[in-house]
Amino acid sequence: MSECPVCAGEVEISPDPVEGELLECEECGVELEILTLDPLTLGEAPEAEEDWGE
Amino acid sequence: MKVGFLHSLIRKDEKFLIAELRKRDDMEVVFLDDRKLVLDPGCAPEVDIVLERSINHSRAMHALRLFEGAGTLCVNTYEVARRCGDKILTAASLRECGVPQPEVRVAFTPESALLAIEELGYPAVLKPAVGSWGRLLSKINDRDAAETVLEHKSILGSYHHSIFFVQQYVEKDGRDIRAFVVGDECVAAIYRSSEHWITNTARGGRATNCPVTVPLAEMALRAADAVGGGVLAVDLFETADGLLVNEVNYTMEFRNSIDVTGVNIPERLVSYLADAARP
Repeated sequence: MSECPVCAGEVEISPDPVEGELLECEECGVELEILTLDPLTLGEAPEAEEDWGE
Repeated sequence: MKVGFLHSLIRKDEKFLIAELRKRDDMEVVFLDDRKLVLDPGCAPEVDIVLERSINHSRAMHALRLFEGAGTLCVNTYEVARRCGDKILTAASLRECGVPQPEVRVAFTPESALLAIEELGYPAVLKPAVGSWGRLLSKINDRDAAETVLEHKSILGSYHHSIFFVQQYVEKDGRDIRAFVVGDECVAAIYRSSEHWITNTARGGRATNCPVTVPLAEMALRAADAVGGGVLAVDLFETADGLLVNEVNYTMEFRNSIDVTGVNIPERLVSYLADAARP
């Protein structure tokens, strides 16, 4: 578990985390990104840009 | 084999792929975060092949161009990314290869766009040439709506939104088809169903299995070939006159399609990658 940088709620981390991984805080619903693995730090994920997609 | 994994945000689709890559003893994942890259044209990354999974079309396309220019093998290729990332170029490629698609028109001013819409008839669909997930699509039901949307796009949008891609509206009875092509095989397909005319799963469309029939596989492969081939998701409409190809996606999202189809799409993709990198 890690702490949501927005609401301080608990965020579950997958067993095989990678930098850049997208997560969602179940408490406040914000989208988060794993910024670093060692130590594990979270930040708010960037807003979707116009050319994002498939 | 070193696999350069070109990415920005890592979503569930990328996690599936990373897990598959890490299952293979002969593959090492080298992460290439497009937000951290400083690219020197002519300098190749120290990898055997690049798997493009960037969420940003512009970054993906330019990175692929530079990687390929430096001699690096890429999946998908720059040319495929260029053609699929711009709906006008996709439509041109499909047209040149005789692949059936809804009628389209392209215009560069609001006045000519209005003529284009009226030529196709109401309703028509206005789409940004670059964009995904069903965002900023407009179903234009009448002239009033056409004039309003065109004016808003011209005044509020960037230059990009003044390149008007107009597509014939196809009545699809609440669903369309997404077919997954890996190399020379259509490995799986789903129906995307919604009460809304936009059926993208990113917009709430429900995914269910769609049998891969011979006509579906043939049409999906024709569309894939038209844009250059590789690993592609082909969106199709079912009509009384047969299948029409709507779009072709080059950084395909498949996370909602593995369970419903029973096909391990990321495993198939990684196998394709291994074959492509083999001398």
